[in-house]
Amino acid sequence: MRYLTARKRAEGLGSGHAGTHHHWSMTLSAAGLAFLVPAWLIIFGRALGQDHATVLETFGRPFPAILTGLLLVIGMRHFAMGATVMIEDYLHGFARKAAIVAVVALSWVIGATGLFALIKIAL
Amino acid sequence: MAQAKRVNRPLSPHLQIYRWQIPMLTSILTRITGHALVAGVLLAVWWLVAAATSESYFAFVNGIATSWFGDLVFTGSLWAVWYHYLAGLRHLYYDAGKGMDIPTAEKLGWACIIGSVVLTVITILLVQ
Repeated sequence: MRYLTARKRAEGLGSGHAGTHHHWSMTLSAAGLAFLVPAWLIIFGRALGQDHATVLETFGRPFPAILTGLLLVIGMRHFAMGATVMIEDYLHGFARKAAIVAVVALSWVIGATGLFALIKIAL
Repeated sequence: MAQAKRVNRPLSPHLQIYRWQIPMLTSILTRITGHALVAGVLLAVWWLVAAATSESYFAFVNGIATSWFGDLVFTGSLWAVWYHYLAGLRHLYYDAGKGMDIPTAEKLGWACIIGSVVLTVITILLVQ
């Protein structure tokens, strides 16, 4: 017999334990991306189709480089969290865990690869 | 009571026979576009890595990125990102507890669909 109240036993076991933080993180990253995405689309769209020197010059400038870096970090985090929710909706058991590991790893690899390219171009 | 009278009870409609409505269509499209966007991101990051690597490797990847295949991926991703963008803004609006009545929700759904196509065309015209 454990001397715990019903409330104490239930606390931290519901979706409210971590779910609200996930939701708030998605809200924050969505708000950030709402500013980053339109500006980046124009910069990337104008650079695409240019010659090598122009592309290096574009992403060597501070604004496009910082913008692309922010988009990679916040965007891939937003993707990893959204994809995790989708996997949790459709997969169960080991497949769920394996898929979440794969999608989180893919997100970090894409982010790190993009940042490596950016640093090499900008510095 | 040898034979129970059969009653035609209403059945809960299954997803496959349920009539498609704007709120459910625009909801699932948000998830589909969000995840499909990884294709455009992969091609864009590959292109950026190629630019950082060498002139010859950039020529190879740039050739793919500006081919019909690249155009298909990037144009599709452009629509997907604008759709996901508008649907995301709608999400924030819903989160504030607004626009939840059916007529407003349907109007917002159409705004996402039509708005994403309009913004895609505007972006293509701006970056040409």
